Amino acid sequence: MDFTSLIDNLGSHTVDGLTKGAIYALVALGYTLVYGVLRLINFAHSEVFMVGTWTVFGVYAVFNATAASGVGTVILATSVALIAATLASAGTALAVERIAYRPLRKKNAPPLIFLITAIGCSLVLVELFGHVFRQFFGPPFGRALVSIPTLIDTKVLFTVGGVSITNIQLIVIFGAVLMMVLLDLFVNYSRLGRGVRAVAQDPDTAALMGVNQDRVIMLVFVLGGAMAGVAAMLYTLRYDITKFDIGFLIGVKAFTAAVLGGIGNLRGALVGGLLLGVVEVYSSTLFSSNWEDVTAFVVLIAVLMFRPTGILGESLGKARA
Amino acid sequence: MSELSLEKQTNATPDDEVVLEVDQVTLKFGGVVALNGVDFHIRRGEILGLIGPNGAGKTTCFNAMTGVYAPTSGNIRFLGKQVSGRQSHQITRMGIARTFQNIRLFPEMSALENVLVGCDARHKTSVLGALFRAYRVRPKPEELPEITGTGLTRAQSRLRRATAKVFGVSRHTLEERAGRKKAMELLRFVGIADRANDLARNLPYGYQRRLEIARAMATEPQLLCLDEPAAGFNPAEKESLMALIRRIRDRGLTVLLIEHDMKLVMGVTDRIVVLEFGQKIAEGLPSEVASNPKVIAAYLGEPDDAASA
Repeated sequence: MDFTSLIDNLGSHTVDGLTKGAIYALVALGYTLVYGVLRLINFAHSEVFMVGTWTVFGVYAVFNATAASGVGTVILATSVALIAATLASAGTALAVERIAYRPLRKKNAPPLIFLITAIGCSLVLVELFGHVFRQFFGPPFGRALVSIPTLIDTKVLFTVGGVSITNIQLIVIFGAVLMMVLLDLFVNYSRLGRGVRAVAQDPDTAALMGVNQDRVIMLVFVLGGAMAGVAAMLYTLRYDITKFDIGFLIGVKAFTAAVLGGIGNLRGALVGGLLLGVVEVYSSTLFSSNWEDVTAFVVLIAVLMFRPTGILGESLGKARA
Repeated sequence: MSELSLEKQTNATPDDEVVLEVDQVTLKFGGVVALNGVDFHIRRGEILGLIGPNGAGKTTCFNAMTGVYAPTSGNIRFLGKQVSGRQSHQITRMGIARTFQNIRLFPEMSALENVLVGCDARHKTSVLGALFRAYRVRPKPEELPEITGTGLTRAQSRLRRATAKVFGVSRHTLEERAGRKKAMELLRFVGIADRANDLARNLPYGYQRRLEIARAMATEPQLLCLDEPAAGFNPAEKESLMALIRRIRDRGLTVLLIEHDMKLVMGVTDRIVVLEFGQKIAEGLPSEVASNPKVIAAYLGEPDDAASA
């Protein structure tokens, strides 16, 4: 128990935790959006994130961008990587929906079938990067950790009350919160968002009022995928690595964050993600980093004992409340 | 109000044009026969009552017409086009709208938003079109943003009007604006505009029923199906509902009304179809149906000594 270390550096640990949590929150949005509309836990979402990180790696390779590159290359490579990762993740999410889930929906498959299919899709995508691509293209695909060039060096930008904020931390938190605000505005104030909320609140009635369910579902997967793509970009800026199964732990944590905040609730994902990130960093300082996953789930269980539907409660429809 | 009813007024079309044809429809759930060879039609501009005791198959009939269930055999045709086999949202866009016996609003949306969901059924802009707003149209003078407010706000609205004149407006924006206008007009039409911004779940019961009607009308149907709209109403509320149904018809809509309350049905409908145990047992003018012995028996139960009645 290292209380002094935690207390002495409480500020910087908190910022650290918020950075981590912002990424969880962005990924959590994908779980929450799909759950809100389909009542389905899309376990393949973690791999949607994984595809994003590989896309960033690929774009950097194409631009030949390394730590030594000039400012122009860095800006070009990162912005192209951001767009490409967003598109790739959104595309992957959409492909999973079209190839795996929609045929099941048309046959009125029971919920468990969807769940098994989701796990299956996740495994397929993991093995695609961990095995199949290696057979065809060789390394860096495969089971080894792949490091992504550090294009933006971590620098302390400013210090507030003894807490140093780095440029990366600022980018990650600001980027994640910006995406979430945009998504929230989109869902609550646009015509398409209205359709999403209608389907979330009552799918059959929405269809009878002329809402095209399939289109809403596609939109939800694309939005969730895009958020995961942005999260992948931010993650690679912060951690500089990717791996065939990198999505697994992030996915589990993001799912936990979604449940913690109230799954199906967009703002809940933000609250749950940030809380989880902070708790993890605190506990790894207090005990050791081996304990951070344990603490994360202890917090989850503790919260669910008192608020079974999460901190802000369930339902995409209630996102405004 | 006339800007809403895209369809021609009742008197402009031949009275005998058939809007909906229910053609020998049978619907089975496993061994249960919910509808058995039901056969009737609805003519443009009329108010048709569909009545029958509990479990007679009225709501099932509604569900078949709106694509919730596909008939086991038989056909449902709307304006000559087959209804069954299409998805619910496509049927809505063909021009059939409905309300629900047990209110099914979007509880966490405001009354206005509920109606807007209905309006959205008629939007032409696609998902991508709405995102990128690339499809610009030249707004008509009355579609330009109005100059309102004072000082800076007034200057802003002037600027908006000027840019709209020069660069046009995206069709999505125009449709959205028109949708809001239409939704408010409908809320006024059913008489609940004063609570437009309240969440649907916080509205009083009578308002919720009326909101369902407004939402259904927002999809610009030619045929409006009302499933027990007066359930739980007191006599005064029923009276004003009857007036509302007549006003709906006067807007050029055809109305199919499922109702338990005989007085309401008799008072407002032009023609009545009676179902019992999934079969049609009578059809005709309200006065004819009211005196039909089969109908009386179905509603009151047959006396033991009058089995032949």
